[in-house]
Amino acid sequence: MTNWNAEAAQKIVQGKANLPGALLPVLHALQAEFGYINPDFVPEIAKALNLSRADVHGVLSFYHDFRDKPPSERVIKICRAEACQAMGASKLEDHIKRSDVTLEPVYCLGNCACGPAVMIDDKTYGRVTPEKLEELLS
Amino acid sequence: MKIYIPHDTSSLSLGADEVLAAITAKYPDIEIIRNGSRGLYWLESLIEVETDKGRVGYGPVSIDDIPSLFEAGFPEGGSMHPLYLGKVEELEAFKRQNRLTFANCGVSDALSTEDYKFEALEKALKLSPQDIVNAVKDSGLRGRGGAAFPTGIKWQTVLDTKSEKKYIVCNADEGDSGTFADRMIMEGDPYCLIEGMMIAARAVEASQGYIYLRSEYPNTAKILQQAIDNAYEAGHLGKGFDLEIRMGAGSYICGEETALLESLEGKRGMIRYRPPLPAIEGLFGKPTALNNVITLASIPFILAQGAKAYQNHGAGKSKGTLTIQLCGNVKYPGLYEMDFGVSLKELLYGIGGGTATGRPIKTVQCGGPLGAYLHESQFDTPMTYEDFAKAGAMLGHGGVVVFDDSVDMAQQARYAMEFCSIESCGKCTPCRIGSTRGVEVIDKIISNVERDQNLELLEDLCEVMTDGSLCAMGGLTPAPVLSALKYFPEDFGLLPKKKAA
Ligand SMILES: Cc1cc2nc3c(=O)[nH]c(=O)nc-3n(C[C@H](O)[C@H](O)[C@H](O)COP(=O)(O)O)c2cc1C
Ligand code: FES
Repeated sequence: MTNWNAEAAQKIVQGKANLPGALLPVLHALQAEFGYINPDFVPEIAKALNLSRADVHGVLSFYHDFRDKPPSERVIKICRAEACQAMGASKLEDHIKRSDVTLEPVYCLGNCACGPAVMIDDKTYGRVTPEKLEELLS
Repeated sequence: MKIYIPHDTSSLSLGADEVLAAITAKYPDIEIIRNGSRGLYWLESLIEVETDKGRVGYGPVSIDDIPSLFEAGFPEGGSMHPLYLGKVEELEAFKRQNRLTFANCGVSDALSTEDYKFEALEKALKLSPQDIVNAVKDSGLRGRGGAAFPTGIKWQTVLDTKSEKKYIVCNADEGDSGTFADRMIMEGDPYCLIEGMMIAARAVEASQGYIYLRSEYPNTAKILQQAIDNAYEAGHLGKGFDLEIRMGAGSYICGEETALLESLEGKRGMIRYRPPLPAIEGLFGKPTALNNVITLASIPFILAQGAKAYQNHGAGKSKGTLTIQLCGNVKYPGLYEMDFGVSLKELLYGIGGGTATGRPIKTVQCGGPLGAYLHESQFDTPMTYEDFAKAGAMLGHGGVVVFDDSVDMAQQARYAMEFCSIESCGKCTPCRIGSTRGVEVIDKIISNVERDQNLELLEDLCEVMTDGSLCAMGGLTPAPVLSALKYFPEDFGLLPKKKAA
């Protein structure tokens, strides 16, 4: 991930502006590059896609994925959904009440047959025990 | 010597890539095939080797097993190892299935355009659009995304609606917890989905397709994109039909078809009022055939083998096979493609082997987070749409989540309301406000605050949500709540709690 850079961001927006229904692809591309979407940049996105600021803001706030500030070094998602609950996923959450990671909830990672499931950055892990989680985070 | 190492997300989540690295470090010249999962997930990572003597499996393999596997002559198919499985097709859990849709999944190189023959498409190209629609109607195929609407009838509407532009949209949002069939086939046999979409496009005369894929599946996105690129290169795509992946952004409601269309158009995922039907006015206002991944992936079999061959499977009005995803607290979790009609009991004990913890099964939730919890007394129910409806439950996308007797059903009911309050699109009040109130009311019941009044309130609230919500999000959230309450009242403090076992 790189630091926010308005010029680079502008290029990313221009690259996707012509897609039909471009807003989600644009936001995904920005977040993939910078880890978040700078709220100051909303007017630029709106202008490029011929939308209102409220439209862009509304979409940013609707979807759980989009962040408006940079995440910590590591983003951890612990599955909170039923199949992982049944395998004791809640025990894992108590384990990472730490400050150096961004803990985000997620409802199913499609790894339900190998739960409890955890995603760290973009990688999914299965049959995660508290010990294994410690290991993954160390 | 060939070695098969799945690139399925679950296999990777258990270290398949590390196993691969260890094997290639020792045998740099070995031929590596990246296949999908066979769906026998308790055996993942399941590694297969192919020698002159045939193809045999080992599993569950973790990186720690590698030294002992090498000692046992593993790449040559050595059978003297506790993880040796023999032929995968001959395992009991595999033999009991009828793999129509998943016939190719996990068998060969998932991304090879040489291994995958677009034979069904070839047949379809010789048929008129109406003939294809008729074949799908005759097969009895119903949508596998949850609502079980007959696919052929939906396609007929799109075909009959004249427009210069039409779309095929594949719903790969797979938001239901406890389900992974879409993911498994997209990773294990992506061309099957692509072929299904191409046939659909010909049937309804569409020129553009989108796959709306949930963002929780980055590995799937990578594999599917590669498959699409390869299909363009091989000349399958791009001749009158274009296909693109669009990523969701972590919203459950975007699996609902009208919210999905809004999202594809770059908007908030808000439910649309109906009518108009998406088949008539869908994406960007154009006629759109929107189907689930498994629905579309079932099409190649139907075209290649004939509607009759598909229809011969199943029971009553539930034709064909159901891709059951058995998971949660179960000894043998996996994807089992079986004819409709198998009983829940057979699935849970005969195939699933009971719980992973060895304790009794208390309940199963079928059909995702909006599905009812079933009580042991209902385990004889055959798995068909009709029988499940009669039992007050639903099959939905085919997920079956198992819980042992340590589960607290009041907490599960609370979770169902909480999930709805988090994921509601907010357009209608019963869903948006009702679910928030639902959490509060259940909390009061649990802590015995005016329990009787609050129970009454909860039932009223559920009635309002069921009758007054715009879509099944608010409309079905009461199903898990009320089933928990009906069958497990003791967990809500209503009867003296049974002594802990
Ligand atoms: C809240 C909600 C979530 C849904 N999520 C999905 C989903 O993730 N995948 C899916 O295929 N269908 C989902 N559906 C069902 C779709 O609205 C739609 O019926 C289906 O995609 C149509 O395809 P089919 O006829 O092939 O099943 C959902 C419905 C609701 C109400
Ligand atoms: S329920 Fe946790 S990965 Fe599906």
